[in-house]
Amino acid sequence: MIRKTFENEIQQVKDEVLLLGSMVEHAIIASVEVLKKRDMKGAEKIIAEDKEINKKRFAIENQLMVLIATQQPMAHDLRLLASCMEIISELERMGDYAKGIANINIRMGEETLLKPLIDIPRMAQLGTGMLHRALTAFVKEDVEAAQSIPVEDDEVDALYNQIYHELMLIIIQDPRSIERANWLLWVAHNLERVADRVTNICERTVFIATGEFSEIKSSDDEFWKGQKK
Amino acid sequence: MENNSTPEYAITTHDLSIHYGSYTAVSGVNLNVEKQKIIAIIGPSGCGKSTLLRAFNRMNDFVPNCRVTGEILLQGQNLYGKDVDPVEARRKIGMVFQKPNPFPKSIYENIAWGARINGFKGNMDELVEQSLRSAALWEEVKDLLQKSAYELSGGQQQRLCIARTIAIQPEIILMDEPASALDPISTLRIEELMQELKKNYTIIIVTHNMQQAARASDYTAMMMIDDKRSGGVIEFDETKNIFTRPKDKRTEDYVTGRFG
Repeated sequence: MIRKTFENEIQQVKDEVLLLGSMVEHAIIASVEVLKKRDMKGAEKIIAEDKEINKKRFAIENQLMVLIATQQPMAHDLRLLASCMEIISELERMGDYAKGIANINIRMGEETLLKPLIDIPRMAQLGTGMLHRALTAFVKEDVEAAQSIPVEDDEVDALYNQIYHELMLIIIQDPRSIERANWLLWVAHNLERVADRVTNICERTVFIATGEFSEIKSSDDEFWKGQKK
Repeated sequence: MENNSTPEYAITTHDLSIHYGSYTAVSGVNLNVEKQKIIAIIGPSGCGKSTLLRAFNRMNDFVPNCRVTGEILLQGQNLYGKDVDPVEARRKIGMVFQKPNPFPKSIYENIAWGARINGFKGNMDELVEQSLRSAALWEEVKDLLQKSAYELSGGQQQRLCIARTIAIQPEIILMDEPASALDPISTLRIEELMQELKKNYTIIIVTHNMQQAARASDYTAMMMIDDKRSGGVIEFDETKNIFTRPKDKRTEDYVTGRFG
């Protein structure tokens, strides 16, 4: 193999992206778990760990920049490295959603949860499951998988929709619950965004493999169309 | 391309093949070279890049046994037609070589000589100045015109050779690795100069330096030999496509450095 060193370095970058992805997956699941238990220390730990996620992102970004500067990547290599830049930034933002949920937990203080968390943990499971498979598709450059994952966003959106209407109903019945309902709505919104960003990662995977920029249709547009003004 | 009008071609080839005796060095080339564009020819050593380039100004005529089949149309006219005078044809197609090859004469004479031989009757001082300005060399040599061209640096000599080519007012400029003997700064100067020159000329450049092809050209022709050791153009596309999303796996392997 002519460019063994370069290929090893590319492999390393991919491994690092996967590692970053698993840190983010963990943070999202943990943020909801910790919220369920109203565990303040756990929430603080998630906020601290987000710093590690950010650090990792910058380290990968630097690694990518050095590779671009020193190896003059072309064609597939160039698409891969440029797309990694994009993917790590998506991952970092997903990490921020987990941190956001941890922050909500802390801001809730002594308040109890408005309702037991059932759909919210399901959203977290679905979103991180999509993320996990999106990153597997990225590593394998599996176009078919990458194109099929965003559709699963429908389910996440359906849950979000359900939570939204449920919380609205509670607010109408008892306006004193507005603040507590709003906290949960924010949590659900953060999780809904996770799934959206998975779609962006899948689009990058298709681009790396085929060289084509294409927007994979997620159901998101329909979700908003379904909402009354 | 935003411009949808039919492009004008400086050179068109139809099933162009170049043979040395019974061996076919280049086979079946079909290219449309747009006017006022820079076309890079890339590919591994021995794939026929220079052979193809030389066919564009009939330099292969000097090689015994060399035979050209198919067609090269220079603005619609068959370059290898029976009624075509190769000397006259070469006047329309200038060539710049890998190593700068100025004449052992003054800077001024390097430009004036060819023009004079070609029957130039106008103001020679003006022609010299204009050609040197076009080659981005005037400011550096305007007070040294009577000095020997050999006193110039390699990069300056190469620009002098380009000025000499321009003085004859060709339509096409062929460049065979024009910067491979130059340092990086002189190389970038030549590449900048090419961008200026393409306002008036069509440039075809052979280069081993892929970054140079990527930086400096509008279109890239990727050449490769087949199992009969004949070279051919396997992919021709806008340069930006060749280096970001080539269609042919062999092009991909070559531009990413996986070939060989």
